Amino acid sequence: NSSKVIDEEFYDQLEELLILADVGAKAAESIINDIKKQVKQQKLRDPEQVRALLKDELKRVLSKNAASKDMDLYPRIILVVGVNGVGKTTTIGKLAYKFKQDGRKVLLAAADTFRAAATEQLEIWSQRAGVDIVKHEEGSDPAAVVFDAIQSAKAKKADVIICDTAGRLHNKKNLMEELKKVNRVVEREYPEAYKEVLLVLDATTGQNAVSQARVFKEAVDINSIALTKLDGTAKGGVIIAIADELSVPVKYIGVGEGIDDLQDFEPQNFVSALLDID
Amino acid sequence: MTEKLQSAFKKLTGKGKLSESDVKEAMRDVRMALLEADVNYAVVKEFVNKVTEKAIGQGVLESLTPGQQVIKIVNEQLIELMGSSQSKIKWASAPPTVIMMVGLQGSGKTTTSAKLAGYLAKQGKNPLLVACDIYRPAAVKQLQIVGQKVNIPVFSLEGANPVAISQQALEYAKKHSNDVVILDTAGRLHIDDEMMQELEDIKSSVHPDEILLVVDAMTGQDAVNVAKNFNERLAIDGVVLTKLDGDTRGGAALSVKAVTGKPIKFVGMGEKLDDLEPFHPDRIASRILGM
Ligand SMILES: Nc1nc2c(ncn2[C@@H]2O[C@H](COP(=O)(O)OP(=O)(O)OP(=O)(O)O)[C@@H](O)[C@H]2O)c(=O)[nH]1
Ligand SMILES: Nc1nc2c(ncn2[C@@H]2O[C@H](COP(=O)(O)OP(=O)(O)OP(=O)(O)O)[C@@H](O)[C@H]2O)c(=O)[nH]1
Ligand SMILES: [K+]
Ligand SMILES: [Mg+2]
Ligand SMILES: [Mg+2]
Repeated sequence: NSSKVIDEEFYDQLEELLILADVGAKAAESIINDIKKQVKQQKLRDPEQVRALLKDELKRVLSKNAASKDMDLYPRIILVVGVNGVGKTTTIGKLAYKFKQDGRKVLLAAADTFRAAATEQLEIWSQRAGVDIVKHEEGSDPAAVVFDAIQSAKAKKADVIICDTAGRLHNKKNLMEELKKVNRVVEREYPEAYKEVLLVLDATTGQNAVSQARVFKEAVDINSIALTKLDGTAKGGVIIAIADELSVPVKYIGVGEGIDDLQDFEPQNFVSALLDID
Repeated sequence: MTEKLQSAFKKLTGKGKLSESDVKEAMRDVRMALLEADVNYAVVKEFVNKVTEKAIGQGVLESLTPGQQVIKIVNEQLIELMGSSQSKIKWASAPPTVIMMVGLQGSGKTTTSAKLAGYLAKQGKNPLLVACDIYRPAAVKQLQIVGQKVNIPVFSLEGANPVAISQQALEYAKKHSNDVVILDTAGRLHIDDEMMQELEDIKSSVHPDEILLVVDAMTGQDAVNVAKNFNERLAIDGVVLTKLDGDTRGGAALSVKAVTGKPIKFVGMGEKLDDLEPFHPDRIASRILGM
């Protein structure tokens, strides 16, 4: 995008950039229309200024609900949810390690009792991070695993429980009901803990992520987002629409499969990468 | 069909022939529908140009309104682009037939490997599943469990690399009269040169008859980069589109087909191991358009 003048072609190129970053065609159109208005009002003439304006606008949307000051509330219980294969279990391994590094006592709850070897996978992560795990047999009730984990955390005075849950598509009514039940157990058994419901989204996902966020918010009131697989070529622009509509902050990004490939979300860096500018 | 699209086509009713402005106006909404369905930007652009050209000046069938005529053309072109239904595996002239599953992390390779093994067993084949993912925690165990569920043996080898595992699995299959060998490889990024090289190495050592790229139906614009890279490095034979039991419009199907020219052979319709279906171009076309 190297236009020297602000013309329709220049705007088309900006729109293309946004759409290719998965911002969504409708959202891109409305963002560009908005920018056009501001350019007129401010009588801007330099394409560079317009790009900066766009960058600021996206940053504003993404910072609007900047990850809250919840960072230091303990004890806490984190329920990790999302559709299949987005990176929930891996993100939990990374998070466990991060809390452990911060000197926190962490307990993992293997409440994905459905997927083949999900518990074994989480167990390996618990060993890598050097934290404890509560697990049951495959096919058992996920709510019961979470119940046990809470009792165990209370007894051991753990600071953080992180609950893995089975991947589920948000349009599966029965699976969403099951998740609500797990959520109710958390609320009933551990009211004194700070409850975080972390939705994991895959940056490779297109517009469907909006409906994922919407339905998971409705069902279990998600209050933070982790955006994974940003180490690929996908830009994850769909979270702009999500941040705008649902006011749920993106808190973490996943940038690889290693234990320390988890970073705090920085709107500035994210938008720069999205627009391919510094 | 999405409301917007429907109203666009209504505007066209009552006219006898498809004029340039009629078609262009309608195609603006088609473009929006395709983009919102996650079809790649460049793919949409080319598609819209092609259909616009084709539609302008076309006579309207007597039984249709001009609006319906445009829908008909758009739909036909989409189906044509998606290709015919071909859920066929290319069988080796001398067994075993080797099928290699590849794709991004979490796309559904392991699950689909087991589904495919079960599907082929029902057709009288005697498959062997091979655990080539030595990286992901408990990947081997996962394949063993799903293999057991569909009653298919799983070959694994601790401490060996994926090339050696594939080679020895082939020897094992020959001895145990397994006529199909399905390689479940680790998920990887298309830009991870070292990991892509590993797949090339497996390919040149066991010469798979089928390389199937497993793609998540929810994938956005990036689907073209992924498909292009995997196809350039491996010359894939087909695609499996997973997680179509969700509510995604599935535009990635069109993107992947457009950039690789390779057929979508199967679709994944759930987590259960019999949730594998042949691909139907007409269904996905309607789904992408929102009809
Ligand atoms: N490149 C990359 N891969 C990732 C990242 N996060 C997770 N993965 C990989 O994505 C795949 C799926 O990750 P999981 O953690 O098993 O995902 P999940 O959401 O728990 O999956 P289900 O439990 O099956 O729903 C694995 O191969 C992970 O190694 C990331 O940030 N970058
Ligand atoms: N709903 C649904 N889930 C699916 C489908 N196919 C796979 N899955 C789920 O998607 C998640 C990832 O599937 P895997 O088979 O582990 O994916 P993979 O490509 O082998 O993952 P890696 O080995 O980590 O790269 C699991 O939770 C599967 O149950 C499908 O067609 N529909
Ligand atoms: K990226
Ligand atoms: Mg998991
Ligand atoms: Mg796998």
